[in-house]
Parts: sequence; C-alpha cells; structure tokens
Amino acid sequence: MIELENVSKYFGDTRVLDGVTGKVNRGEIFAVIGPSGSGKSTLLRLIDLLDTPTGGTIRVDGTDIHTEHEKSLSVRRMMGMVFQKPAVFNATVAENIAVGLRFRGADKNKIDARIKEALDLVGLGGYGQRRARTLSGGEMQRVALARAMVIEPEILLLDEPTANLDPVSVAMIEDLVVRINRDLGTTIVFSTHDMYQGQRLAHRLGVLMNGVFAQVGTPREVFTLPASREVARFVGIENIVEGVVVSENGTSAVDAGGIRIRARSPFGAGEAICLCIRSEDIRIAPAIRGRRVFDGNILPGTVTSVVPRGPFSKVTVDCGFSLSSILSWKKVDDLNLREGREVVVSFSPESVHVVRRE
Amino acid sequence: MYEIVEGFLEAIRLIVTLDPNVMAIAVRSIIISLTATIIASLFAIPLGAAINFGTFPGRKSLINLIQTLYSLPTVIVGLLIFLLISRVGPFGFMRLLFTPTAMIIAQTVLIIPIMTGLTISALSGVDPVIRDTLRSLGATKLQFLTNVIKEARFAILATVAVGFGRAISEVGAAILVGGNIAAASFASSTRVLTTAISLETSMGNISQSIALGIVLLVIALGVNLAIAAVQHR
Repeated sequence: MIELENVSKYFGDTRVLDGVTGKVNRGEIFAVIGPSGSGKSTLLRLIDLLDTPTGGTIRVDGTDIHTEHEKSLSVRRMMGMVFQKPAVFNATVAENIAVGLRFRGADKNKIDARIKEALDLVGLGGYGQRRARTLSGGEMQRVALARAMVIEPEILLLDEPTANLDPVSVAMIEDLVVRINRDLGTTIVFSTHDMYQGQRLAHRLGVLMNGVFAQVGTPREVFTLPASREVARFVGIENIVEGVVVSENGTSAVDAGGIRIRARSPFGAGEAICLCIRSEDIRIAPAIRGRRVFDGNILPGTVTSVVPRGPFSKVTVDCGFSLSSILSWKKVDDLNLREGREVVVSFSPESVHVVRRE
Repeated sequence: MYEIVEGFLEAIRLIVTLDPNVMAIAVRSIIISLTATIIASLFAIPLGAAINFGTFPGRKSLINLIQTLYSLPTVIVGLLIFLLISRVGPFGFMRLLFTPTAMIIAQTVLIIPIMTGLTISALSGVDPVIRDTLRSLGATKLQFLTNVIKEARFAILATVAVGFGRAISEVGAAILVGGNIAAASFASSTRVLTTAISLETSMGNISQSIALGIVLLVIALGVNLAIAAVQHR
C-alpha cells in the first residue's frame, strides 16, 4: 500500500531522514517508533504530502506521490491525518468534523448523517453544537480523529496522537485505533515514542533511529530479537554486555571481560558482539555452595542496589559486569537482598540474544 | 476656562438636539471613510494573503517596506494624490480634485499598507497545525486560503477596524485633496469631522469644534466596542 524507498529529508545541513526503506501493507496497523527527534513526524508528513522529501521515493498504490503532481490532491484525499498537538477550528464541533466533507462537495444530508455517526464513534454524541475550543485536550483529539475519519480515508496517519493526553483519553484513542482498523479495514500508520503503545497496537513496527529504520518486524521480533544495541536499549532491554565470541567445545561461548557466558549466536569466533538479556529472564539466588543443577550461566556476584519499580524491585548485581533483575517485593524480602549481599545470578543460554557490536 | 466650559455645554446641546450641520458632517465622514475602508480591504486582504502564503524573492524586504509604510504621513499621501489629480496632473482630466471621491482615494491609499501588514500578521498567527490540518483534509488551494482567512477572521476584523480608525481620524490628506468645502449639496461637500474641527478651531468656534470632536471620539469608540463584542461572542 505504502512503499518507502531510500527516503531522505534534510533541513539545511540537518539530516532528519537518511534513507528510510520499508513497506506498509494494506489493512495493517504499522507503528513508527523511535526516540524523540528521530524523524517520525517528518516521515508521516512526507507520506501526507505536507513536506517534500530531499531524496528517495514514496509510492502509494504504485503512484509516486511526490512526482505525479496532478494526482497529489486525489492521493491526499485518500488519507486522513491526526497531529500530535490537538488543534480544532474556531467553530462548533459539528462544523469541525464537516470540513473535509465540505471540501469534497458532499450534500448537507450526507454531512449531517456522517457527523452524527462520527461523534458516536468517538464517544462525543451530543457534543455537535459545542464550541470546539472549549473542549479538553483529549476531547479535541477525539474531534480531530472524527474529522479525519468522516472522509473515510484508506490510510489514517496518526502522529503521536496521545503524546500530551491523560491516561483515560489515551486508552480511549488506542481503543478507537484498533476498532477503526478492525471494523473499517483502514490502513493505519502511527508514530509514537512509547514502545509499549507500539507493542499494544501495531501489527508491525519500524524502529526509526539515526534517520533509518534500524529494524522492521512484528512487536515480538523487535522486543525479543532487537537488531542492534540501540534498538535493544530502546525496547527496554536493560542488560547489554559487551563481549567477544570464542569457541568452546563446539558450543557457542562468549568472553565478556574474562567471564565465560554460554549463548546461542550466529557469529563466528573473534567477532565483537553485545549480549542482550531481559531483566525478567535473570534469576537471583542465595550464594550456596554445592551442586549445580542448572545447566546454564551461573555467575557469583554482589548486590549493588535494590531500587523499587512499581510493584517490583530492580536488583542490580555486580558479577564482573552489572546485571539487573526484576523481582517481586516479597521475593526481595525472602532472599533478604540488600546492598553488599553475596548472591548467584543465573540465566539460560536461550534467553541471551546476541547482536553484532558496531 | 469659562470659554471651554461653555463650549463644552454648547457642544452637548448640539449633539443632543442632533444639530443638522454637525450630523451632516458626521454622516459624510462615516460614508467617506467606510467606503475607503471597504475598498482598501478588497485590496489589502487578498494582497496580505498572497504575500503571507507566497514564496518569492524579496518577500521579507516587501514585508519590511509595508511595515515602514504604517507610519506614512497623511500629508504626503495627500500631496501625492493632489499631484496626480490636479489640473496639471496625469489624471487631471477626471476633475476629481476637491471631491469626496478624491478623499476616498487618498484614505484608501493611506490605509492599504497598514491593513496589508496586519492581514499578514493575522494570517501568520494561525496555528501551523490548523494549516496542516486543512491541507491534510484535502483542501484545494482556494479552500485552504478561504479557511485560513476564516480562522483568522477576528484578527482580520480588527485589521479593518484599525484601517477605519486611521481613515476617519486623518486630516492632512482630507484637507489637501478635499479642500474642506461646504457646498450646497451634501454629496459635493468635502467637509468632514477632522477638517471641520481644524477650521472651526481656527475661527474660534470652540463649541462647534468640541461637539465635532466628541462625535469623532464616539464613532471611533463605537467601532472598537462593536469589534470587541463580536470577538468575545
């Protein structure tokens, strides 16, 4: 549906996008995730023809939208967009929603019927005659969504639609996004710096970093098998350890600062890599000498900090390098974990994801 | 001091009794300046929109020039129009000198720069997200322009009020090209509030001057109150 080929955008000497390549399929929810300032908004604006790319091609249904100017209005009219900052016209809610339909010359009866449907869809039934400027930020954003939806776009572009909203409005907009996609089959591209929102809503996501897609895949792929150290860090993998691949009796092993770690990796001996281990996969046990029943990585270490995090605690252990684990408060009490305590840290080779170090 | 108090009381009497002479001058002032404001709006608003949304070399300098012309001295405009329409001027054949038409032309020229400049400010003050929203909703160029102007309508209304205020309160151009003539017919007279105040004061008719001054103030105040009422609706 949307094909991005080597898309770049420079503002003066600043390279915001530097060769983005990817594809959005018809009927899917595609999230563009990435840190603030990574060019997510710019990419969406280029797709909506609000800006012109410096290089590369964007095709919608095979049409190169930035060169075939005679088609640009009809291409843009296939799309609806909601912006990060809630903005409404200085008019009533109903008049706001009607704007796109009036641009298309729809008759009054059709407009009235559509406005009512759209208001019901976004949970603002009965708000038609209110002045749009008097609404809250969350309500304005729902008006913006209704305004974009009444024109029945094939593609809905949402630029950080929930960035400045309260949690209730966020949940409502997220629910709407899923319903619009499911019930109307609208292709949705949205940007967010909230990786969990990307995970909740998207069928596939693209991680935008340093002007390119560092990785494109399903949320599961991106969250469990990040393509690089930067992606791993962005998707919340807290344990990233540098090492070098060494061979050890035919099984893959990694030397991390003199400590041997067993891991599965596609890389050959001598390659510089990073080990990515999710905190949830790391276990902590009291340092008891004796038999080892666990066939994995077992590292002795000292607790350096115990920090509360919501209903859990983040426990950091120094075992030559730092490793963090997430434990319930009760577990922390049971194990009597506190600074300076000797413990053993264990994790299976399968829970280690290895990426090349750049 | 006594003269001023007496003049003031006499002025109140002239206004309350709707003195025909004072009212004729007031009505003529409003007609001339309102016509000038309407004509100037027809030029200034589209021109302001074109400059605001246009991309052409020298755009910034043009905006600077327009802003400089805000303080265009009224007598200079009067002199310029006088030279153009006097018997020896290029438009002398039209016999416009010392007619209300000449005053309308002068006031129009006088207020076009400030109205154009304020229109540019009004339009550039529209939230960029609103502009993006209009485009993303599939507006044609014309739909985009009319909707941005609609969004800036209150600021543009204020622009019109400023233009009218400057037109009705100026005296230099009105006296140069109008001549402050009190002719037999209403339509061929060129005596307006400002020129009349100027003349009456020089002749010592203080009460007449004060009455005309109060009327001028009331008109200016009334226009601004009306605009404020619309904006706060």
